[in-house]
Amino acid sequence: MEAQQHTASKDHATLADTFNRDEPRVDWHDKTLWFVRQKRDKAAWQIPEWEHLRETASQIKHNVLANLHHYLLSFEQQAQQNGVTVHWAANAEEHNQIVHSIIQKTGITRVVKSKSMLTEECHLNDYLQAQGIDVVDTDLGERIVQLANEPPSHIVLPCIHWKKEEIGELFHKHLGTPEGNSDPQFLTAAARVHLRERFMTSPIAITGVNFAIAETGEVVVCTNEGNADLGVQLSDVHIACMGIEKLIPERKHLGVFLRLLARSATGQPITTYSSHFRKPRPGQHMHIVLVDNGRSERLGSDDFRNALKCIRCGACMNTCPVYRRSGGHSYHYAIAGPIGSILAPALDMKKNADLPFASTLCGSCSNVCPVKIDIHDQLYKWRQVLAKDGYVGSTKKNGMKGMAFVLSHPRIYRISGSVGRWVSRHMPFLVSNSLNPWAKQREMPTAPKQSFGEWYRTNKRKA
Amino acid sequence: MKVAIFIPCYVDQFYPQVGIATLELLEKLGVSVFYPEKQTCCGQPMANSGFEHLATSCNDLFVENFSGYDYIVCPSGSCTLHIKDHLHASANEPAAEKIRSTVMELTEFLTDVLHIKNLTAHFPHKVGLHQSCHGQRGLHLSQMSELVSPGFSKPQHLLNLVQGLELIPLDRTDECCGFGGTFCVAEEAVSVKMGKDRIADHLHHGAEYITGGDMSCLMHLEGILRRQRSTTKVIHIAEILNAG
Amino acid sequence: MVSHKQTQSMSSREKILATIKQNQPPAAPLPSLALSDLAPVAPGFDAVQKFTTVLQGIGGSIVEVKNWDQIHAHLSAQFPSPARIINLIPEIHLGDSLNALSAKPHTLEDVNLAVIKGQFGVAENSAIWITDTDMGDRALPFICEHLALVIRASSIVNTMHHAYERIHTGYAFGTFLAGPSKTADIEQSLVLGAHGAKTLTVFLLP
Repeated sequence: MEAQQHTASKDHATLADTFNRDEPRVDWHDKTLWFVRQKRDKAAWQIPEWEHLRETASQIKHNVLANLHHYLLSFEQQAQQNGVTVHWAANAEEHNQIVHSIIQKTGITRVVKSKSMLTEECHLNDYLQAQGIDVVDTDLGERIVQLANEPPSHIVLPCIHWKKEEIGELFHKHLGTPEGNSDPQFLTAAARVHLRERFMTSPIAITGVNFAIAETGEVVVCTNEGNADLGVQLSDVHIACMGIEKLIPERKHLGVFLRLLARSATGQPITTYSSHFRKPRPGQHMHIVLVDNGRSERLGSDDFRNALKCIRCGACMNTCPVYRRSGGHSYHYAIAGPIGSILAPALDMKKNADLPFASTLCGSCSNVCPVKIDIHDQLYKWRQVLAKDGYVGSTKKNGMKGMAFVLSHPRIYRISGSVGRWVSRHMPFLVSNSLNPWAKQREMPTAPKQSFGEWYRTNKRKA
Repeated sequence: MKVAIFIPCYVDQFYPQVGIATLELLEKLGVSVFYPEKQTCCGQPMANSGFEHLATSCNDLFVENFSGYDYIVCPSGSCTLHIKDHLHASANEPAAEKIRSTVMELTEFLTDVLHIKNLTAHFPHKVGLHQSCHGQRGLHLSQMSELVSPGFSKPQHLLNLVQGLELIPLDRTDECCGFGGTFCVAEEAVSVKMGKDRIADHLHHGAEYITGGDMSCLMHLEGILRRQRSTTKVIHIAEILNAG
Repeated sequence: MVSHKQTQSMSSREKILATIKQNQPPAAPLPSLALSDLAPVAPGFDAVQKFTTVLQGIGGSIVEVKNWDQIHAHLSAQFPSPARIINLIPEIHLGDSLNALSAKPHTLEDVNLAVIKGQFGVAENSAIWITDTDMGDRALPFICEHLALVIRASSIVNTMHHAYERIHTGYAFGTFLAGPSKTADIEQSLVLGAHGAKTLTVFLLP
């Protein structure tokens, strides 16, 4: 298991290469996620109106982006009327400070947290731990990666890269389960006991937010395990952290999104719990932290704003043939896979310049996306931005310049010599030398006697 | 009907038989085909690497070569899609626009323009069809497994007209082969793994040939098959439709 | 009292809102949510049957009963004394009500069975809508070991779109609850009973 700090400086291709050294494991990872994709397909086919539902969701999200200012103000006002304290954070650092200051005021240090990709994006756990706060992730998968000191490798299935035997070992070490027991039923029961104690003794609960309703000021949190609900209902203080793009206009729009979310994510008809938090329990305090962290800037980009429609279902990861064969950590960003690859460069172009290239642009991601984000088109557009802004290596750039020159001069293209010579020297994927990655596991195509052009001139050219 | 063929650069240089089969097939079907001899490339290798802005003169050349035809037919879904989505010409945008709307992938042209209902082709083999992503998801040559929509497949329709050909089923009907242009070398490990997995699916179902509308995918799969010393071969769909 | 941090976040608020106002794309109308398009009814669709099939598919049990007494009989056989039962439905004469309890939800930790009336069910996903007033204590449906929900068969609506037509403001907390708590985080092996109730039994009254 590679920890986060080791992966930070390596690019996707290098990390994916490492992942691929254990081929049976790659096969296992691929098949496990493909199984989830198949479950998604099965669930979608149960709904004949599926494509119409996706289109509707997409249009609602477009409306949200066009009216975000109004919806945020309405949400804030409603939430305040519901007795909720609303906070605004411009960036990750401010988000972390706000959460910490809320915790600090209570004088309590034991915190439970349910799944929130926003807090992963902001590295909240690291921040709180550095301030002496004992924060425990309560989603089973997240708890597993937390015990292993790793980030999640998937936004919905955080430890999808872990084998049960390894989890058995991890639990033996940290929770004292018997050595060698790797039965998922048994390990889940052990985690239930371990985390129940935390729920009972943690007066502060942090949750993410799946949807926030502008009309009513309520937030909706979806889980299968019940960990968000248990954490919140046993707490004195509930802190819900959300990106500002989580808004939807009215409660009735949840009908569309809740039909799509779980089916797209895991193939379930709905998550076990879809909880609507409107007002805190009497005596309880509820805070909502609205986080920007680059989102308001991205809203101004015609090419990239649609990424803000994302509802974090993870379907694009499950279907991505590259993700399935490279693992979530190869993306070295809180959100892996295709959607992560279009979100990450917006936050840090230099650090994440490799990610839009970690794709064959096959387009499967855009087809499964429940809100119809043009993911693969954005990957293509990011490549253009990154190359123009100088985030692509100069060797590649010079090669491209040379290629562009030859390909725009037909005579040079022809004269470039005998058949195959030019292409095999300059086509980026066929560069013929001993270091050529093509030939590591593949034979080079054999050059024929004549090119098509030469054949045509000999045999077909009309006088 | 004035029809030009666009033979992608790597087909021109490495797989001339695919260009020849395309030309012969179209002529057999009564189309008079023009081959603009100054053609080179669609510009995709630059663009997919992020250097679309370096492809301007390549685009201009394309427009110069392919203006004035009713259709431009190309035996590659990927190159066709690139032209359709990204061909622009600052000096002559109307011409570029015309080309974008009249460029067609071969099987699409045969199905939608020529309305081919029968073929004389004969190919008595077990064949697996590899759907190139750009042909399928980009040009909608076949229905995509992700969508809840009725199925169809233009290449499959044509292959079903070939005598003796047995189309084998696949476990994953439209998973990417991992070629992906520069991806195939930049992400060598994943690219090859994807290719190996595609091949395993075809071999598992007894394919003697793997066919498809994109020689780039097939070149990648061929490279792996040959390294594995497999007896299974790749063959472009134009060669099958033109066989016998 | 205005602390330094609060001032800072006020300015972040202004900054975020100003940037959004400036960057918002042109107006995009909200789509129609017409049920005829979003939730067409297939010929022969039977909401109760669908609800039953889906619930069993996600690990819940369903018991069709004629009256409250049958629920009592079923549950008292399944949870004999000394099981701790919290029952919020007076018509079923079983267990304790919540009245005697202190405000601390933690005291519910040893509840073996909670019996709660649901407002309605949703056929397409077998979710049942319950709100804070139905739950007595908001922690109850999550902290109990086993959960029984009672709904009327006639209350089952086809889809989530129908469901939201039935929900009106007036709750402080509400949840769609579908099946027992579960996880598949370990190698995609489905395990029932993650953190919430380990089992869910739904009683369908006519």
